Amino acid sequence: MAIRINEREFAAPNDPRVSLLDLLREELHLTGTKVGCNQGACGACTVLVDGERVLSCLTLAVQMDGRSVTTIEGLGSPETPHPLQAAFIERDGFQCGYCTPGQICSALAMLREIESGMPSYVTDDLAGQASDISMDEVRERMSGNLCRCGAHNGIVEAILQVARGQTA
Amino acid sequence: MTRMQNVIIDSVRTVLGWVPEQWLPGGRPDPLIARRAAIGQQASRLDGPVKVRGEARFAAEVPMEKLCYAALAHSPITRGKIVRLETASAESAPGVVLVMTHRNMPRIGTVPLIAVTDLSAVGNSSVPIMQDPEIRYNGQVVALVLAETQEQADHAATLLDIEYMSEPAKSRFEDGKADARIPASILIERNRVSVGNAERELAQARHSVDNVYKTPGQNHNAIELHAVTVAWDDDSLEVHDSTQMVAPSANALAKLFGLKKEQVRVLSPYVGGGFGGKGLWDHQIVAIAAARLARRPVRLRLSRESVYRMVGGRAPSEQRVALGADVDGRLTSLIHTGYSVMPPYSACPEQYSLTSRALYRSKSFEILQRHIDLDIVPNTFMRAPGEAIGTFALESAVDELAHEMGIDPIELRRLNEPDIHPLSGTAFSQRALSQAYEDGAKRFGWERRQAAPGTRREGEWLIGMGCASGSFPYARMPSAAIRVKLTRQGTATISCSAQEMGMGTATVQVQHASDRLGLPLDAIAFEMGDSALPPAPMAGGSSQTASLSGAIIAAADKLTLELLRLAGNDSPIAGLRAGEVRLDDKAVVSIAEPERRESFQSILARAAREEITITATGSAPLELLKFAMHSSSAIFCALRVSAVTGEIRVDRLLGSFDCGTILNPKTATSQFKGGMIMGLGLALMEETLFDERSGRIMNPSLADYHIPCHLDVPEIEVMWTGIPDPRSPLGARGIGEIGITGVAAAVANAVFNATGKRIRDLPITLDKLL
Repeated sequence: MAIRINEREFAAPNDPRVSLLDLLREELHLTGTKVGCNQGACGACTVLVDGERVLSCLTLAVQMDGRSVTTIEGLGSPETPHPLQAAFIERDGFQCGYCTPGQICSALAMLREIESGMPSYVTDDLAGQASDISMDEVRERMSGNLCRCGAHNGIVEAILQVARGQTA
Repeated sequence: MTRMQNVIIDSVRTVLGWVPEQWLPGGRPDPLIARRAAIGQQASRLDGPVKVRGEARFAAEVPMEKLCYAALAHSPITRGKIVRLETASAESAPGVVLVMTHRNMPRIGTVPLIAVTDLSAVGNSSVPIMQDPEIRYNGQVVALVLAETQEQADHAATLLDIEYMSEPAKSRFEDGKADARIPASILIERNRVSVGNAERELAQARHSVDNVYKTPGQNHNAIELHAVTVAWDDDSLEVHDSTQMVAPSANALAKLFGLKKEQVRVLSPYVGGGFGGKGLWDHQIVAIAAARLARRPVRLRLSRESVYRMVGGRAPSEQRVALGADVDGRLTSLIHTGYSVMPPYSACPEQYSLTSRALYRSKSFEILQRHIDLDIVPNTFMRAPGEAIGTFALESAVDELAHEMGIDPIELRRLNEPDIHPLSGTAFSQRALSQAYEDGAKRFGWERRQAAPGTRREGEWLIGMGCASGSFPYARMPSAAIRVKLTRQGTATISCSAQEMGMGTATVQVQHASDRLGLPLDAIAFEMGDSALPPAPMAGGSSQTASLSGAIIAAADKLTLELLRLAGNDSPIAGLRAGEVRLDDKAVVSIAEPERRESFQSILARAAREEITITATGSAPLELLKFAMHSSSAIFCALRVSAVTGEIRVDRLLGSFDCGTILNPKTATSQFKGGMIMGLGLALMEETLFDERSGRIMNPSLADYHIPCHLDVPEIEVMWTGIPDPRSPLGARGIGEIGITGVAAAVANAVFNATGKRIRDLPITLDKLL
């Protein structure tokens, strides 16, 4: 069994109780993925599995056999940050920085969901493609990622900036 | 003790009243108020890059050889004792290293409670920690299981077999009123205030309101769970913690475990949210004890449920606010009394009455707080403790009085704006709340508000506007130490044990040091979050920036003296005294004749020195006893209430702040917004549900305790007067907590304006509007 994480192959753990979250943090020391509740309520542990956002605390590591996982460590580099990473800094989309990796991973997949025409609770036209992504679309679709410092405005602005292809 | 404290503080204030201003810290305005370059700039956070890459290392993320993992068991009963304790099956479960209970936990003393008279005391609870079979509150930690993996520890903890014998417990707020305690003081203020006869004035007032306001318990809910990674090396202890009090925790742990100060090192470079909750609690202590017994490094990351069970939050309260006014709207009576929960083993008095002492002038006052003793997890400081809920009661009452009188609530506030502190008679250091209201009302469009409630409707939505004042006292902690190392190349490293919980501590202090030391921003490094560095006070009371700024001022003064000494007689600046020069553009410069200067490089080269290192401690914060110093704000809210479902949608929230100099508009805006958003939670959804029959918290999870999520948060507008406070370092006052104050009342007042329904019981959930 093998799990692909940030373009590298890793063996699945022997203990089937190990969550993807704990595999990442405790065994692989990929501690950019955070833990805020361990029960799917806060979104801090969000990672991408085959490009889709997944709560790693509710995912058993052994389920990831043959899948491709991307964590915050797999996005950008110190020299060339991912546009979302750069926008979060510019728009001050965090304070303590703890929910941030989850927000960024979630935002990345969320923008792809919009692009693929997946509607949300606030989408007016369920059939049509949204010409412009509204603030409320982002708010609704990001509501599974809690932030306690209150950086919500900066997070939404950063995501919209990237979605609209604006640069700093 | 607190009576003695009243006497001491009263005496100091009296003496300071006689002392000329210029002798005191803040007596002369900080010269950087007028001459600043980096301060006030929109700088991005220095720790931004590591945080967005997930590289900032938090307490539970420190790797260690032979690390083992801990899981806790909590008491499901509220009061009583453990009568049978069966640990064998847990001990024999796979991977288990140790089971620790009161039987084998090392004997330790209790942690001294946080107190204004002892700043090295950091305890949130004086309940003995796993020292005996007694249970004093529901959720108390009773056992710790240590295993090779977290999964093994979690499983083994379920195998513990513990039988309890319950005893009658105090868990009902109403029952606790009869023998509520009346403390002598609330923080540094006398508790009881009686000026004139407020009850008689109220009875005789032309206009009056007299109501009771209720607020529930709440939890901080920082997204990062409380966690420690602990290692013993012989008799020295290393604790990677998530804490708002690095140096004080190290001191407290040294005392508790019988070690010398230098044998304990607490590291906490990043804190994933604090809000008052990340202090010293039982979890650090049991983890350290278990690591000692097992002779292995230990990681203990609390579950979210454990955080609720063993880390207390904001205390519930019931407050009476009564206001009387004469025919012109001038207050003749201000009564603010009430009850909040505070067991004798906790530290935070939930100081809801402080705002009422400073916000309005009144002919008479009656203020008194009472504490109800319940068998409950000790409550503690949570963002703007007291003020957050005190402003809800007071500022709802002001709105009610304005409605009763038929005048604009802003006008009523303006009429009662004090010129001097209403109780002490001391001068305000700086106060421009009226301007904050004027500016805020203009930007918000307050003139569009319909005074008559329930008169604006669009479809199913009832629309309303409300406003309220916020207030938070200035604080600067004594004994903040800082080390500055200046190199010949013109770089500086500034070091102290201070805390970064997201406030932008390093970012702002580097901006400050750039101006103070005359160095470019990129030439300055800031080290923090390590008790091995010079001790900074805890991050609390919105005081850290002022405290560190005071220390940097002291360090710059000392550095200047040292540079003048090294420059000697063979220098353009020879003969100048410290007060006659400033540090500017990498040089010591004469203030009177700026062409007289010598660069740091030249001074150090001539003295054959590679670097200068000095350590200094900030002056005693006497300014806050000499002057009345408060941040204040005007909060405006526009919202809709569904006439069908009662649901509330906040459309606009604007905060207009008067908090002195704003040091970094970008990070300050985030602080203000963060507070205001927590205020939305306070107003609309947050409540720790406490079962008064069992004494147990019933919603210990982020699924059941609701905090604002993205869809709940509108675009929040923030503005400020920016008027410097002439009495504080840099002209700045604290901004970390003021944001939450006033918000709940602004929301409640807007709900009243929309619906005509006055909700005096937080949170304002839709069931209360149907």
